[in-house]
Amino acid sequence: MTAVNPTDDPAYRLFQQRFGALRRSRQTESLLTLAAVVLLFVIAAVWTDFSPEQIANGIPRIGEYFGKLFSIEPKGSAGPVGVLAVPHLFGGVKEPQSIAYWFYRIGTYAALLWQTIEMAILATALGFGAAFALSFPATHTFVGNRAVVFVTRRLLEMMRTIPQVVLAFILVWPFGIGPLAGILAIAVHTTGTLGKLFCELNENADLRPVDGIRSVGGSWLAQIRFAVVPQVLPGFLSYALLRFEINVRSSTIIGFVGAGGIGQELKRVIGFNIYEEVSAIVILILLIVVAIDLISEQIRHRFIGAAA
Amino acid sequence: MLQLVDLTRRFGDKRAVDRVSLSIGDGEMVGVIGRSGAGKSTLLRLINRLIDPSEGKIVFDGTDVAALRGKDLRAWRARTAMIFQQFNLVNRLDVLTNVMCGRLYDIPAPRVLLKWFTPTERALAIQALDRLGMADVAMNRADALSGGQQQRVAIARALMQRPKIVLADEPIASLDPLNAKLVMDALADINRRDGITVLTNLHTLDTARAYCRRIIGMSAGRVVYDGAPAGLTDHVLRDIYGQNAHETLDERLTSTSLPTAALAALAG
Ligand SMILES: Nc1ncnc2c1ncn2[C@@H]1O[C@H](COP(=O)(O)OP(=O)(O)O)[C@@H](O)[C@H]1O
Ligand SMILES: [Mg+2]
Repeated sequence: MTAVNPTDDPAYRLFQQRFGALRRSRQTESLLTLAAVVLLFVIAAVWTDFSPEQIANGIPRIGEYFGKLFSIEPKGSAGPVGVLAVPHLFGGVKEPQSIAYWFYRIGTYAALLWQTIEMAILATALGFGAAFALSFPATHTFVGNRAVVFVTRRLLEMMRTIPQVVLAFILVWPFGIGPLAGILAIAVHTTGTLGKLFCELNENADLRPVDGIRSVGGSWLAQIRFAVVPQVLPGFLSYALLRFEINVRSSTIIGFVGAGGIGQELKRVIGFNIYEEVSAIVILILLIVVAIDLISEQIRHRFIGAAA
Repeated sequence: MLQLVDLTRRFGDKRAVDRVSLSIGDGEMVGVIGRSGAGKSTLLRLINRLIDPSEGKIVFDGTDVAALRGKDLRAWRARTAMIFQQFNLVNRLDVLTNVMCGRLYDIPAPRVLLKWFTPTERALAIQALDRLGMADVAMNRADALSGGQQQRVAIARALMQRPKIVLADEPIASLDPLNAKLVMDALADINRRDGITVLTNLHTLDTARAYCRRIIGMSAGRVVYDGAPAGLTDHVLRDIYGQNAHETLDERLTSTSLPTAALAALAG
């Protein structure tokens, strides 16, 4: 037997005859999509002055800023020196280039950081509660009335489209400067984003238990409580923890508009060009965020593994 | 007595159940047979009102069930317990809670939200489980059980409803022969001892013959046979399963869903 070129095989010819055009049109479709994406990128880059040149010029100055962040000018010194130096590392609060000198306001920072974390906890809890309640009427597999689904979905959409900082800015007006405005702003945004994610989990829930509870005469509430919640709760909690991590960052940023916490302090020291204090705060925030990430990852693994 | 009058359910242009008229007396055990897509599941779901009829009536003891809404509808569902091929338990809840779910119609909303059951409800659930030989696994998660065990939990849940009618949709189609027999025996026992009407779809003819004194054959949404197992002649079976169904027919007649010894014992 001679080896036949596979492309000469009658089965392949038949395939080409029947589906060749379809295959080619799918290929063209993919290429067109790619071209459209590239075009959109170019247009967006032009509009936003996103030029490689500007990036190239900016990069060395990033180093310059970091240099300032990590240097101080002690009294009587000729010029800036590093914030830390090995011989001074464990000197007292009065001794420049020691840890204690760099973090001399650690007590204040810690209190403000804790306020920021509290804001994140409260905002996440409030947002979780609201998203939990709203996610069921927003899931079309559970609700026959299309109007209810439509209205709840649009509400959630609105909650997540208004940028948090803008919302905080607006809320500072009625609720005054301080953490409350920040908490509410983050809670609203959290409701919007978690609500959407919860909806997706709801849509993927197995409907057989729902039928089971419906068949015994259970109300809508009973169907949700007994057939859906046990299925989706581990996923909900996992998303909420993820959201908590994000909210710690958000509550820092939101402090900039006067909504309390470490962010407000960070804005102040940036405003006064107190570079070494900026670096101290940024390092503290970084440490806290990493710590929360690590802890919540552990907890999330436990949720996913465990029964509800 | 349950009466269906010209009961019809359409999905688009298709009539899944087509002008079915039947009358089923209290305490009967009726088997429904027919090929896949004949409308058996739709018929049972119509009776339980999991789906709404397009036309026709469902009358139980003088009330038109097809017109029920809201709380009355839920009361009706509570009286007509449903057993599903895939068990439809809540996997992540324990067996005891699954069984207590059978009482959900009577439980007020605050208790539903808190998932709070009374000691009486717990005791009733244990009784029901015990009757099915499942009290030992009451605290296990439902999805930790075998299919046969899950189906018996589903029957215990049905008993908790104190139903007038049990509707079983191919209850043994996913089970091995031994468990299939346990489940069919449990349904027969409920029927005999509690006087509960049992209407069950069955995918194998021999099971229907062994357990039911009345068999309803469906084809393309219509009832094409209604009578004793003895009347299921080759001719009638071809009406039910179709002209070109010799192979499937042989398979159905000699199905392995029940051990032959068990069948012989039942027949004797
Ligand atoms: N929800 C539905 N939507 C559309 N068609 C359906 C639906 N449920 C059942 N059908 C159709 O109705 C017919 C009867 O289905 P079914 O009652 O499940 O049959 P059986 O249980 O006898 O196999 C089938 O043709 C099926 O495709
Ligand atoms: Mg079916």
